[in-house]
Amino acid sequence: MKRYVLSVLVENHSGVLSRVSGLFSRRGYNIDSLTVGVTEDPNTSRMTIVVKGDKYIVEQIKKQLNKLIDVIKVIELKPESSVYRELILIKVSATTKQRAEIIEIVNVFRGRIVDVVNDSLIIELTGDESKIEALINMLEPYGIKEIIRTGLTALERGNKVIKEHN
Amino acid sequence: MKATDAIVECFRKENVSCVFGYPGAAIMPLYDALRRSEIEHVLVRQEQSAAHCASGYARASGKVGVCTVTSGPGATNLITGIATAYMDSIPIVAITGQVKSTLIGRDVFQEVDITGATEPFVKHSYLIKNAKDIPRIIKEAFYIAKTGRPGPVLIDIPSDILVEDIDFYYDEEVNIRGYKPTYVGHAGQVKKAFTRLKESKKPIICIGGGVISSHAEKELLDFVEKTKIPVVSTLMGLGGIDHNSSYYIGMIGSHGHHYANRAVAEADVIMFIGARLGDRATGENKLFKNEPDIIHIDIDPAEIGKNLGTSIPIVGDAKNVLKQLLEMAQPLQTEDWLRELWELKEKHKKFKEDIKTNKEYVNPKYAIELLSDVLNHDAILVGDVGQNQIWAALNFKISGDRKFFISGGLGTMGYSLPAAIGSAIANKNRQIVAVVGDGGFQMSLYELATIKQNHLKLIILLFNNMGLGMVREMQYKFYEAEYAVDLSSNPDFIQLARAYGIEGIRVSSNEDLKEAFTKAMNTESAFLIECIVDPKESTL
Repeated sequence: MKRYVLSVLVENHSGVLSRVSGLFSRRGYNIDSLTVGVTEDPNTSRMTIVVKGDKYIVEQIKKQLNKLIDVIKVIELKPESSVYRELILIKVSATTKQRAEIIEIVNVFRGRIVDVVNDSLIIELTGDESKIEALINMLEPYGIKEIIRTGLTALERGNKVIKEHN
Repeated sequence: MKATDAIVECFRKENVSCVFGYPGAAIMPLYDALRRSEIEHVLVRQEQSAAHCASGYARASGKVGVCTVTSGPGATNLITGIATAYMDSIPIVAITGQVKSTLIGRDVFQEVDITGATEPFVKHSYLIKNAKDIPRIIKEAFYIAKTGRPGPVLIDIPSDILVEDIDFYYDEEVNIRGYKPTYVGHAGQVKKAFTRLKESKKPIICIGGGVISSHAEKELLDFVEKTKIPVVSTLMGLGGIDHNSSYYIGMIGSHGHHYANRAVAEADVIMFIGARLGDRATGENKLFKNEPDIIHIDIDPAEIGKNLGTSIPIVGDAKNVLKQLLEMAQPLQTEDWLRELWELKEKHKKFKEDIKTNKEYVNPKYAIELLSDVLNHDAILVGDVGQNQIWAALNFKISGDRKFFISGGLGTMGYSLPAAIGSAIANKNRQIVAVVGDGGFQMSLYELATIKQNHLKLIILLFNNMGLGMVREMQYKFYEAEYAVDLSSNPDFIQLARAYGIEGIRVSSNEDLKEAFTKAMNTESAFLIECIVDPKESTL
């Protein structure tokens, strides 16, 4: 099972998200993450969907997505030609003594501290998956209280835009 | 203009002359506009039938079938009908009333999320939020339903939106950026396909419902006669080629003709046209153990490669691609191959002689054969589901302008009676026969009242074997006993039909069939022929 990243341009209507997510559940496709937001054109939204499967399943997913009337374009974003990013917020236990140490780690990762109280910190980090996993590993000894991740979002490198794909 | 008058005006623009439906509170404003219009409304007796009627109407007329029902249970009753149309790619537009837009989400009386509920089996759906969008959405709905791979489209309209006033403007063109079906086959692929056919020693064409929905019958026959390639059909493809053609071999599938399956198994190249290679047609791919080359022509790219690996995919409309193929067509050396298949078929025919001799019961296979002999050249036969469907499919001779409609994909019992009503409304002068079993008949029995009320002249051919024959057969095959399939306390169907004002006759042996058919065809109103069938009668 390989991981594939699909970028899906859709009409910005209500109901589109449920059509897309419904498609995945009823056809038994495995979905790792799905992010969605409006694009440069307020009439369209763009989803980044991370799926696990083989070549056959990914081909089917692309075709089934293309069948939806509200889907304008589906492209696959390959790792070598794309920028993958994810945002994570981590609430970590931090005594007054540990605080400086944690801040040092966060700085190495170019993360930010976005909230501080007596016993804990909230850390914000953007990056690809390996960077995020590395930070989580570093922070684990201090006691991670909560994690929230946005899921992967991605864009193709270079000049070309999604609408120019066939 | 009132929004409801705008809907009626849209119907006119879309050439809708008849809608099937059932009124209720939320859809009432539209019914008032329909009342004031010239558009015919056929009142069914349960909403599911409205969708089946629209499906039968669409198939018989070549137009989009329309049904209108109310919110809540009216809409949920429609669901099976919509799913049936979806599985068989039948163009219908379903309009459902919805509770007031200000009340949506509060679980008010007769509220249900019908766009959500039907999402997996509509081609597209709309929940209208602004009355001004009504003309655009209706235009799009008809366009989506009938173009590309056809299918059902649902429009849900809250009752407060139905009573608003709007400026009517109807676009000439539809432009949906996410919906651009491919109609013409890729020239290179088409050429590659024909080259492969030319090299083949045992080529075969397998047609599906796509040949019928793209009206490609003539192009298919031209291509086949020119190239001398034999043709088999799936259940949905029946009627795609004239059964009198010597190139037509038979129906494939788990319930198909043995010799047609053999033909496919022996072929070295199979060209599928408008067939989705469903499990019932291909027997879970057992047919292809010789690993033939597969050429697959379909308008829906998602069907290509879904169920079977394809050597040469061609996305396009069956009619167009066949025209493209016809341009390069030339006779192929298939004489030996054809002779082999004809011999195979001939052998089977001799074996079938014994079906005429039964005196205790009506043999349903013989009944359908005999019916084929007496019906007009443009008769429409609508089959139900179960044994009766297969008896009809395997023995009804489709030639001339005859048509054969069934619920092939979903296998919905109770389809034939309402679908026959829709067909009869679309073609008031054609012979329409609904073939049905005693199980399926009781799933839409109430539509006898619709038949009576609309003075429809159709023949109901009921095969009564006092049970659910196909399930019973499968139970013996897999579990060696029958359970919950006994319908021996069936009502007296003849008396029942009479209670609805429909005449009928009970036939208990093959000898009396012909007279019954003659009587039915000469009756100026609907007529029921109840055939008593041996409960042990086999499907094949």
